[in-house]
Amino acid sequence: MEQYFILIITALVMGTIARLLMMKVDYRQYPTYPQSYLGHFTLGMIAAGLGAVTVPALAEKEYTAITFITLAAQHFRDVRNMERESLDNIEVTELVPRGTAYIEDIAKGFEARNYLALLTSLASGIGYFIGQHFELPMVVRILVGVAFGSIVIVIITQMLKGVSIEDIAEVKPAEISFDGPLLTINGVFVMNIGLKDSQKIFLEKGIAVEIIPKDEDAMSVLANVGQRQAIQHNASTQLGIRKDVDEPDFTPIARRNPENGNVVMAIITMNPDVDCLVEVVKRTPVLESSKRRALDVAFKSKSEKMGR
Amino acid sequence: MEFGITQFILAVVTTNKEMVSSSMTPVFYARDDEHKERLALLIAKTTQGMVHDLESGTYIIVKH
Repeated sequence: MEQYFILIITALVMGTIARLLMMKVDYRQYPTYPQSYLGHFTLGMIAAGLGAVTVPALAEKEYTAITFITLAAQHFRDVRNMERESLDNIEVTELVPRGTAYIEDIAKGFEARNYLALLTSLASGIGYFIGQHFELPMVVRILVGVAFGSIVIVIITQMLKGVSIEDIAEVKPAEISFDGPLLTINGVFVMNIGLKDSQKIFLEKGIAVEIIPKDEDAMSVLANVGQRQAIQHNASTQLGIRKDVDEPDFTPIARRNPENGNVVMAIITMNPDVDCLVEVVKRTPVLESSKRRALDVAFKSKSEKMGR
Repeated sequence: MEFGITQFILAVVTTNKEMVSSSMTPVFYARDDEHKERLALLIAKTTQGMVHDLESGTYIIVKH
């Protein structure tokens, strides 16, 4: 046991650091509150612990001990379920709901971050063990372990970064007008608003954007209802929506222009600033579940050949 | 989860006296446009519905 003590500690610390690095203080990234922070920190540490003991188990030829790595898989699934459940429970208390697609994306993110903790501690353990094998001094072994762990952290965080709306589309301020009772943004009908007072508020304080996809793939991402719900949710929580539960008129709705796939959305915020709205929409993450390949590479090349 | 009936017409507010309801949906007759506006607002606030304009003097209140 003693010969592996430093190995396990090094790996555990590296794995926990990896999890901590993913806890960014940014309120778009739920949750950043003290209670969840502690919960996820502890769960991350458990994941790192599972990764840390793998190498000693292998070294001692305790191959059956590996089976308890399956515990890790179960544990991470629980993390995902826990997040999904808690977000589902608070969904009814949101003025503009997140939508199931966004919740699923967030839950998956939490699961993935635990895999990061596990893989980092595993890599650190391997690094340290290689050092031990070549009988390097203790400090060098630890450094090799840390280096291995850091490489994994860098690679996986780069992989998990994902894209935002900014990368797939252009966001521009848009014009709100009324065609009879129909709210129209840049010529796209959005919804029927009956009350004259509501119409007046829309014309006076409403701000709107048009999201123009850069290519066909982006077009199908923006067509996804879950993706649009995420944009609506982000815009309303970050800008402060001027709406209460008995005012459905002011619910932001993102509608698609069927002609060209552009998406328009109007919102009434406490402080109407269209530049802020453009910024928020740009920074909305593209949900994994909404990613599509409208035209597959094989199909594309085939159609190109046919074109020739 | 919250359960309830949605996408449902809760009430019709109209200045058109000839309108007759053939279903459970209640019809509220308004004296003039101003009264219609007020009536629609009051019903919408009470039921948390949304007011939609069908033009030619008729509003419907829909639960979304």
